[in-house]
Amino acid sequence: MLKQRKALSVPYYLWIALFVIAPVFLLLYQSFQNIDGSFSLANIQTYFTSTVYLTMTLQSFLYAFVITVVALLISYPAAYFLTRAKNKQLWLLVLILPTWINILLKTYAFIGILSQTGAVNQFFEFIGLGTQPLLFTRLGFIIVATYIEIPFMLLPIFNAIDEIDDSMVFASRDLGANEWDTFRSVIFPMSMSGVRSGVQAVFIPSLSLFMLTRLIAGNRVVTLGTAIEQHFLVTQNWGMGSTMGIVLIIIMFVVMFLTGKRRKGGQRG
Amino acid sequence: MIKNNKASTMYLLIVFILLYAPIAYLIYYSFNAGGTMNQFTGFTWEHYQSLASDTRLITIALDTLRVALLSALAATIIGTLGAIGIYYAKLRRTQTILLSLNNILLASPDVIIGASFLLLFTLVGFRLGFYSVLLSHIAFSIPIVVLMVLPRLEEMNTNMLTAARDLGASQLQVLKEIILPSITPGILAGFFMAFTYSIDDFAVTFFVTGNGFATLSVEIYSRARQGVSLEINALSTLLFLVAMGIVVGYYFIQKQQRQRKKTAQIDPTNHEKAVTP
Amino acid sequence: MKKLTFISLLVIAFTGIIYFASQMIERAQGTSGSDVFHLYNWGDYIDPDLLTQFEEETGYRVVYETFDSNEAMYTKVDQGGTSYDLTIPSEYMIERMIDEDLLVPLDHSRIEGLNHINDDFLDLSFDPGNQYSIPYFWGTLGIAYNEDLISNLELSSWESLFDPALENSILMIDGAREVIGIGLQSNGYSLNSKNEKELEEAANTLVDLAPNIKALVADEIKMYMIQEEAAVAVTYSGEAADMMWENESIVYVLPAEGSNLWFDNMVIPRTVQNEDAAYAFINFMLDPEVAAQNADYVGYSTPNESAMSYLPEETIEDEQFYPSQEMINQLEVYEDLGPEYTGIYNEMFLEFKMIK
Repeated sequence: MLKQRKALSVPYYLWIALFVIAPVFLLLYQSFQNIDGSFSLANIQTYFTSTVYLTMTLQSFLYAFVITVVALLISYPAAYFLTRAKNKQLWLLVLILPTWINILLKTYAFIGILSQTGAVNQFFEFIGLGTQPLLFTRLGFIIVATYIEIPFMLLPIFNAIDEIDDSMVFASRDLGANEWDTFRSVIFPMSMSGVRSGVQAVFIPSLSLFMLTRLIAGNRVVTLGTAIEQHFLVTQNWGMGSTMGIVLIIIMFVVMFLTGKRRKGGQRG
Repeated sequence: MIKNNKASTMYLLIVFILLYAPIAYLIYYSFNAGGTMNQFTGFTWEHYQSLASDTRLITIALDTLRVALLSALAATIIGTLGAIGIYYAKLRRTQTILLSLNNILLASPDVIIGASFLLLFTLVGFRLGFYSVLLSHIAFSIPIVVLMVLPRLEEMNTNMLTAARDLGASQLQVLKEIILPSITPGILAGFFMAFTYSIDDFAVTFFVTGNGFATLSVEIYSRARQGVSLEINALSTLLFLVAMGIVVGYYFIQKQQRQRKKTAQIDPTNHEKAVTP
Repeated sequence: MKKLTFISLLVIAFTGIIYFASQMIERAQGTSGSDVFHLYNWGDYIDPDLLTQFEEETGYRVVYETFDSNEAMYTKVDQGGTSYDLTIPSEYMIERMIDEDLLVPLDHSRIEGLNHINDDFLDLSFDPGNQYSIPYFWGTLGIAYNEDLISNLELSSWESLFDPALENSILMIDGAREVIGIGLQSNGYSLNSKNEKELEEAANTLVDLAPNIKALVADEIKMYMIQEEAAVAVTYSGEAADMMWENESIVYVLPAEGSNLWFDNMVIPRTVQNEDAAYAFINFMLDPEVAAQNADYVGYSTPNESAMSYLPEETIEDEQFYPSQEMINQLEVYEDLGPEYTGIYNEMFLEFKMIK
């Protein structure tokens, strides 16, 4: 009988073998090859000794950090207010809906909005600020990247807050806590699991954004993703591209570890 | 329940406006006679008319939907069963390893996924086209399904499982009668996310497509050489309206059902919810 | 469980309807014929009317797919899981594909109309005797600028792009060889330099250019220039032709230090399934009237001498697009750098992007 159940999971294990383990091994194999196709540690050595790659990694981190923080700052209150809204499930769906519009199209819309003659600059002009460069700037890049990532931050936070039992909130109120105290000592700590998954869902993809760096930042922001894309599609130095891919996977594990669930004993109260 | 005050409603409203601004922009310019997304010169239906006669674009839109639906369905089935597998894994360590493997694809940049899948297809001599795209979409959607389903499994009331088994239910019966019904919200969320991932993907498809098969993102990208044609704006306006209609319709059907259920009886499968007030 | 089964069935039914609908559309279009010709081309690089005309004349059904770089095209062809019958790479990529045995040698007895092609474009070093490739378009890299936006400057050389007055106003083509090439040519070196010292000098020169760069982009340059988002662009001749068509203040110049001259030729890749169709297409494109119509639409320069008489006089007399022999002698063609130097060029380019 146990076998029946095990058999049902076979496609999943097959998937892990074929589409996770095999590709990772291919990447590892490639990263130990130099450009002539023979075994070497040259790629790893180049990566860790080149100032270009190290600065780039650092910059990617910085951008991903800023994007995650801004997305969190905007999403958290939104998620919190959403859980208290009427028809909250409908609002949530409406909020996720923009992700169904093709990301390239939204990017092209932003090009129009941020350009010299675009909507934002017309507004600036109107209130007397004059035309500001937005397209092809770091600021523009952060704005658009944050926009793209907000739904992925909002959803897990909303779920976490929504799952908090209302009776906890009422209990806190009955004990004389005001709204702020209730938020600080009940809701906020209990929503941390959502914040963690939100940070995971935003930070790691932000490290490797690549279409946006070209279309919105005009290649003046270079992230790990941009460089990897270059190595795979243009230079065809798949070895170096794979090496950076492995680095990203390792970073991912570190982020998961840092934001992952702690053991129960380690938590206060 | 605590209600929102004016300030917080304002805040929500602003976030909604910001999230919909680019989409409103796209829709607004789909009626632009000027032909670019820059200066609005006059109202026209022209782009909708040319869309209606552009069979290539319509076929591609249909193909995109077909890939998204099929891949989301397959990924949901495989992912759900996988999540159950992880849930039942005896050792804590096995669980952690399985989950880490699961998350690799979720966290890898699209470019790497695309390139490594291309390598894989090359290695086995797989023909590029509809099936390579479908397989890849299934592959990169599975982990998100697992992540959506697993928390529901962990929340499941284990007493119910033991009780059912004590009463002589077979594994399959337990799965069908108890596990699946209680994780249905997670499964639906998984399907939803898988569908979104597939619709949204550009990089992976770009790598693994071939022989004339294209999805909307790839087609938009290749047409963008001339600057995006407003026909594509028209298409996304229509798709957006359809999606909006489905979402709102689905919500109201759900709401009606829920109300009917409330007056009938409490869902017997959801033990936990039935106990807590 | 019932709910899940119901939703699954709904999804399957819906998929079925979609599949049926797209089949219906294809049948109504008569596009599901069996004699298919797979064309793998750059985006927006052929007049769509010509594809229709080709279908009508020959009865083949064209499946049209596009790529955005020679390297992306190479990856797909090399992968082998595709069935492209004809593709149109640039010269350095043709050289590489010949070396790697990815192209099918042409049977010249099946090609008609090669005599229309100007001798200057035949028998070039990347493909001696045109054993593998037939000229499609050619063009140059140059400077396009908007006279209204920079009224007091005369841009006629790479050197002039370094003017501090142009701060943050140049749109640069996003290509390693193009950008490094500017650095090399400003110092009087070859575009194909493999000399470390020359390359280092080029890199140092480019540091001074960096503050003037607004963005490094590709096809979008055309749109931005037309909308006057930027004043200056380094771009290809055909793109410039399109800009000038839309915005009359834009001019295109070939820089005094010389520039890049490139050729895109039609080749039959190893993935070919329908050789007859490929030859039919080559012959179709060699027809002078067809070539002229295509050149008029795409904006690049045609190598087809006989097509000239069908083109407007102002086009063929424009020295920036059909340069004199003297100017052509100044231009240089890319050679395949080999993996090592392709890597070095790209590394330099990455470094350039990271300045600032």
